[in-house]
Amino acid sequence: MRRGPIAFVLRLAFIALLLCAWEWAVGFFKTPAYIVPAPSAIAYAMYNGIASNLYVSHIGATISETLLGFLFGCALAFMLGTVVALSRTVEYYLYPIIIMFQAMPKVALVPLILVWFGLGLTSKVVSAALVAFFPLMVNTIVGLRSADEDRVNLMRSLSASRWQIFRMLQLPNAMPYIFAGLEIAMIFALIGAIVAELISSEKGLGMLMQSMSFTMDVAGQFSILFILSILGLVLNGVVTLVRRRVLFWDTSRDADANEANATKEGVL
Amino acid sequence: MDARVTQGAAAGGQTSGDIICVHQLSLRYGRGAGAVLALSDISFRVGDGEFIAVVGPSGCGKSTLLKILAGLLPQTTGEASLKGSPIEGPRRDIGVVFQSPVLFPWRTVLGNVMLPADVQRLDKHDMRQRALDLIKLVGLSGFEARYPRELSGGMQQRVGIVRALIHDPAILLMDEPFGALDAMTRESMNVELQRIWMERRKTVLFITHSTAEAVYLADRVIVMTARPGKIGDAFDVDLPRPRKLDVMNTEAFGAYVKRVRAALNPGGRGID
Repeated sequence: MRRGPIAFVLRLAFIALLLCAWEWAVGFFKTPAYIVPAPSAIAYAMYNGIASNLYVSHIGATISETLLGFLFGCALAFMLGTVVALSRTVEYYLYPIIIMFQAMPKVALVPLILVWFGLGLTSKVVSAALVAFFPLMVNTIVGLRSADEDRVNLMRSLSASRWQIFRMLQLPNAMPYIFAGLEIAMIFALIGAIVAELISSEKGLGMLMQSMSFTMDVAGQFSILFILSILGLVLNGVVTLVRRRVLFWDTSRDADANEANATKEGVL
Repeated sequence: MDARVTQGAAAGGQTSGDIICVHQLSLRYGRGAGAVLALSDISFRVGDGEFIAVVGPSGCGKSTLLKILAGLLPQTTGEASLKGSPIEGPRRDIGVVFQSPVLFPWRTVLGNVMLPADVQRLDKHDMRQRALDLIKLVGLSGFEARYPRELSGGMQQRVGIVRALIHDPAILLMDEPFGALDAMTRESMNVELQRIWMERRKTVLFITHSTAEAVYLADRVIVMTARPGKIGDAFDVDLPRPRKLDVMNTEAFGAYVKRVRAALNPGGRGID
């Protein structure tokens, strides 16, 4: 397929056309605004929300919950993943528990987390961390174990210590897997934070959506959905940017990114 | 079953100044009825500075032999020693070159060559200079800061070779290092390896499945036959050095190649 500037304009035109069709259809069928609002109404709600400064603090709350959850979840996932990857004994005893947790829909734990950690920031961070944890842990284990046998033999033939093999070979070798895991974990952390906010919260975009749902402010809800989508893209983009910097040597980058996307879709 | 090869092979070398000494070595994979005898009764000696080629068909256990010498695999019975001390694990005085270059894609050419120095915590400054000299020796000057993916297969393998030389090992173990290269690159790599060897005078154990490569490079050729892997023949190659590629067209060279073939196919058929 050819991709020139014309194609790009056509792409934008296509989106504009869809929005126009939507706007027209809402007017033509006289759809009530509490079922499907017109794009213009959504844009107006968005403008109001931002201009009145209502959205900003909630966006800030959701971002900090997501980032903190991502940080804690990933740190823990990396450490546990490393221990499991390096020790067969630890793997043997932890494996059944890991499998059980992995099969469980993590968001189903969120009501419990709210009971344990309250309605404030902590419960949102724990929820985000929990959901972000597994994709990174699994990728860390797979990555650390994927070191090529010849390379391991080379290190061993040089009398490298266990720690040197880890530091000089296994860890750098695992980086593409770890970054694929981080990209997924970032999106998952956002999901974890939003779900916790939806259930019960004092702040955040999820809480805002929930309150709009009570007042039948569907246009407002649509505007939040749009913000969440942008937020997801930006957070994911930050990880991708860091990945490009760190993994300049990884030629399979594109293939890995596709794989990561496939995993995202598969898990959700 | 085949008494004619079991001993004789050990006779070739000197008794003093041996760098590698292998005596009645055998290796068995697995246990009981499913066990496979990969190496059987291997004995040979390699003198200081000698270039030995081990040639044999795939599955004859020649790579297994190299793994034992590198200390990566323990033998089942028999003895193997380097410089008079038995092999009990990986040692610092060995350099290994593998079938593939086994470079680390996140390290530059210089970084890859420096890997053994980093692992063994050798003096960074001295080693860096040594690495630059070695990179120059194989004609890769100017590529020090490049990454492996930017190099051709032949260039990558040259990096693999000088990496094995950086910590100044007494012994260089090479496991079909040119097997993955095209025929023309392979010949020029053979010429280059001979040049490096004549300059640095390491003891080399070179494993290959190419008879011509073995005869061209080696002072002595050990021929291995398969299932179980054992020594079929061992002989000195008496051709003057430095050998040019032309030497492959001489009658003497042809005779050596013929001798290798005869040992690989006793009876003139494929299977013995």
